[in-house]
Amino acid sequence: MTRAQVPPQSLGSLNPDVFTEPFWRSVADHRLTCAQCASCGAFRMPPSAFCPRCHAQEVTWAELSGRGTVFSFTIARHALTPELAGCLPYVVAAIDLEGAPGARLISNVIDTEVEDVHIGMPVEIVWEDVDGSPVTLYRFRPVA
Amino acid sequence: MSERTLRDRTAVVGVGRTPYWRRGQSEPHTKFELACQAILAAVADAGLDVADVDGFALFSGGGGFDPALAAQVLGLREVRFTAGLTGGGGGAAGAVGLAAAAVHAGLADVVVSLMVLQQPAGGRFGSAFANKAGQYSAPPTPEKDFLAPSGLVGPGQMFAMLMRRHMHQYGTTRDHLAEVAISTRTNALNRPQALMRNPMTRDDYFAARMIADPFCLFDFCLECDGAVAVVTTTAERARDLRHPPAYVRATAMGGAGDWGPAITWMGMPEEIFASSGHRPVARDLWSRAGLGPQDVDVALLYDHFSGLVLLQLEDYGFCPIGESGPFVADGNIRYAGGSVPVNTHGGNLSEAYIIGFSHVMEAVEQLRGTAVNQVANAEVALVTGGPAPIPVSALVLAK
Repeated sequence: MTRAQVPPQSLGSLNPDVFTEPFWRSVADHRLTCAQCASCGAFRMPPSAFCPRCHAQEVTWAELSGRGTVFSFTIARHALTPELAGCLPYVVAAIDLEGAPGARLISNVIDTEVEDVHIGMPVEIVWEDVDGSPVTLYRFRPVA
Repeated sequence: MSERTLRDRTAVVGVGRTPYWRRGQSEPHTKFELACQAILAAVADAGLDVADVDGFALFSGGGGFDPALAAQVLGLREVRFTAGLTGGGGGAAGAVGLAAAAVHAGLADVVVSLMVLQQPAGGRFGSAFANKAGQYSAPPTPEKDFLAPSGLVGPGQMFAMLMRRHMHQYGTTRDHLAEVAISTRTNALNRPQALMRNPMTRDDYFAARMIADPFCLFDFCLECDGAVAVVTTTAERARDLRHPPAYVRATAMGGAGDWGPAITWMGMPEEIFASSGHRPVARDLWSRAGLGPQDVDVALLYDHFSGLVLLQLEDYGFCPIGESGPFVADGNIRYAGGSVPVNTHGGNLSEAYIIGFSHVMEAVEQLRGTAVNQVANAEVALVTGGPAPIPVSALVLAK
């Protein structure tokens, strides 16, 4: 059994535009939100300028539970860039978000053995503030 | 009403390439020099003069190749068409389709399509989505903020997530991936230009180090330097040139709207997540060609990662959705005795990775009857580009 490692915080970036900035402001407050079309109710992630279903621009920010389900994943066992050499293996997953059908986040699954990660695994968000940086990161861990 | 079709109106008449090198080994040749060497070889193969070239139909930014500079350096008389598909490697097959469209429309007469690749240290394709400096890295964007912290930096990791889902949904196994890798390697063994000429056993495959589970080293394509160019002209002119024409029977490109950027977001709906993204392109291709998978004599399927060959076999209808694993396990893609020999040249996995453009060259050689691993009486060849973000593309070449 091999413990899932955590990619370095230095990978975090913050280059928001007017459409993604509200999401990151919520993240800084440790709140997971999702853009929801104010017209037709469709969720979309990442936040973007138009609803792909009805093309309305106005959104509301739905507050989510922070729970989700692993839709698919890979276990990275090789460092594709030098800064990843110290965190092998790590798990990258596409996570379906509870309360926002159709919305996924890409994140790490941590606090687990990599062999235990599976499609359909229930997970919950974990917040990670970065000292001296405006970036707040999120990862997911198995629901206890 | 006139029929809107490209069918057999144009043909690929010349193919040319440089040697293939392992990544970073082609210096002191320059990248531009490699591209021009491939062009000169393709034009000579066609029996044309390079001054006859009057168009360029490219993909993936032409690999950085600039037609303006080529016009000057190669002494072209006049350039009448320059365009490329958007996106990346998904456009490999479609670039020839674009050339055919330009020729058929009368916008140019002798159109070159090419790919050139030179990957010095720090310029590797395999980490193309990392936040770093270098030729093959993406700049920081609002969308990248959602990817970067996870350490998802390479296409191999991204496609591994699609593959994992396919394994979950359909029971596909690593043995099925191994069959693709081993079958492709077998085809490379007798080809002097192939970079991987030692046999691969099942034990070799399973002993290889894991890179992005479920993809191990041998599920990944090679990292190479080199260039491949092809020349497309009218069917009439093609008949007077050196080799039998490889007619452009049909082409298609694009993808479903909700495929979108695909691997760089992973937002695709469940029905197409574990696919190659080629299904709508395949539908258009077969319709335009008046052919189907049963008519294909040899398939040159874009193989940046072994498992994505499986997903294309499904999307092009060689087997039902979800059944590509058992299909390859039955030996169907092998050169020796397969119902549809796949990547008879050794593919991106074992010959060379020139972003799929060596596949076009192999298709032409198969139709001419001059391939190293010749499929007997090959009359119809399928070439694909991608899986990738939109566009993916396809080409049917025929005798």
